[in-house]
Amino acid sequence: MSMPNLRVRLFGIACLVMAIALPFCVSTYYTQFLAKALIMGMLAMSLNLVVGHGGLVSLCHAAFFGLAGYVLALLSPRYDAASLLTTLPIAILCSGTAALLIGALVLRTRGVYFIMVTLAFGEMLFFFFHDTKFAGGSDGISVNIRPEIAIAGRQLLDLDKPMTFYFVVLGFLVGVIALLTMVVRSPFGRALAAARDNERRARSLGFPIFRLRLTAFTLSGALAGVAGYLAAAQFGFVAPQMLGWHQSATILVMVLIGGLRSVTGPLVGALVLIGMEEVLKAHLDNWKLVEGLIIIGIVILLPNGVRQIWSMVFGASPQRAAEIKPAAAEARHA
Amino acid sequence: MHDIALRAAGLQKRFGGLLAVSDVSIDIRVGEIHAVIGPNGAGKSTLINLLAGELLPTSGEVLLNGADITSLSPDRRARAGLGRAYQKTTLFAQFSVHENVRLAAQARSTAPLRMFGGTRCDRPYLQLVTDAIDRVGLSARSQIVADKLSHGEQRQLEIAMVLATNPQVILLDEPLAGMGPSEARGIIGLIASLKADRALLVVEHDMDAVFELADRLTVMQDGRVVATGSPQDVRVDPGVRAAYLGADGGIA
Repeated sequence: MSMPNLRVRLFGIACLVMAIALPFCVSTYYTQFLAKALIMGMLAMSLNLVVGHGGLVSLCHAAFFGLAGYVLALLSPRYDAASLLTTLPIAILCSGTAALLIGALVLRTRGVYFIMVTLAFGEMLFFFFHDTKFAGGSDGISVNIRPEIAIAGRQLLDLDKPMTFYFVVLGFLVGVIALLTMVVRSPFGRALAAARDNERRARSLGFPIFRLRLTAFTLSGALAGVAGYLAAAQFGFVAPQMLGWHQSATILVMVLIGGLRSVTGPLVGALVLIGMEEVLKAHLDNWKLVEGLIIIGIVILLPNGVRQIWSMVFGASPQRAAEIKPAAAEARHA
Repeated sequence: MHDIALRAAGLQKRFGGLLAVSDVSIDIRVGEIHAVIGPNGAGKSTLINLLAGELLPTSGEVLLNGADITSLSPDRRARAGLGRAYQKTTLFAQFSVHENVRLAAQARSTAPLRMFGGTRCDRPYLQLVTDAIDRVGLSARSQIVADKLSHGEQRQLEIAMVLATNPQVILLDEPLAGMGPSEARGIIGLIASLKADRALLVVEHDMDAVFELADRLTVMQDGRVVATGSPQDVRVDPGVRAAYLGADGGIA
């Protein structure tokens, strides 16, 4: 194992240990805050499969996030807890199916048209929930009791406890990171990146570009569904704003802050953005102005995202090391 | 007699009022290099795009080993055994030489879109990758990012990528464009070595190279075929002399 790669792994393990230890060191408020930030990080990472690795700027990602939230709210009995083991798969399936249907239409367009068409579909879903009465309309709908994991009537996990909920979120987060890392490094992920770099060449080599991108778009939407389900479970409330373009744009900003070329970059971006908002809100009245200036500063000074700071401190960037390493290993085997 | 690998019959392509390719029929045989020449605007690149599937013909048909591929998309044609290199270098600029060629081989592997496992575990096609890189002489440069290669090396890489897809028919659009004489020699030798078990169609402006390489020549002008035959026959064809070679100052 080369040195840079070893450092990346050690850094990852250190982050995980810190994430496990943190809820024992801070107040309940911060445990809940952290869970919220990690859910948004999960959402941003799922978007980055399409934006960073697929090269497609989508503005309807919040729709898949919100849809899963609504699925939980609509499936939850009024005076009883829904079962996580049945409602979560249904929520993921709904988000994934919506992504598949929308993707099958929008992926026929390119560039700025793609951005506009995704925006249009996102807004269609927003107004569907906003203007119809069936899920509470513009007032939203609440999840009175958090879902539970129970087998034969015995409750295994009590998601009402903030610390339990936090660890469930952390578990899903690790799972999503593992899944995305596997996909990005697989032949599928390499082909997706190749289509981003040069679509025409990828097609002439024989890659089915549409199918490739539709698979990525669907997977990305399904993972957004996991985040949406957890967010709805945490807040106990779902409103149309969860699906709106404003939310989609915020996730996109997280991706840009964190960096497009890595799996965990958007997670870092989400933590930076949400952490920054928390600090600024507490101290300033017109915090949005300051936040905007800081984001502009980050984008200008760190065009590859805040993860770039890593390479400034340690030399080679982890992402470059990760790209060079497999190739070097192949050369050795050959 | 050689087998016909790729056949175009009565191909026509109209762009609005312009008839770019008009009633072109061409047979490309296994074991032969078939060169297409003609002045600028003769429709050579349009013909390649029609054969590769990037343009759909207004009328006419394209057959690959006797099967009709006229309406297949470029990726389906590639999987059916048709490989092409572009006139303007078209690479994955941000990826290494090895990764460029590996992607080409991956496209033709048994599970090109596998979503699990790294890219290292597929032994059979990795051998194809190293062979293709060796064959074009880029072994020492395999870890260099494609963007950083010289123009000549990028053309070599183009051909390595075509080789890695293990095609049966290869379409080369001006493989020598923008190359110095010494770089060109290497590529000419490489192209000549490819025809053993494949069919090649080469569009090229360098007449010395064309007459050195080609087993068969097609001359195009204004979207039409003026003459087709062996280089010796085409050289003395009166129609060609009048329409093309004569006006060009002559190579005869």
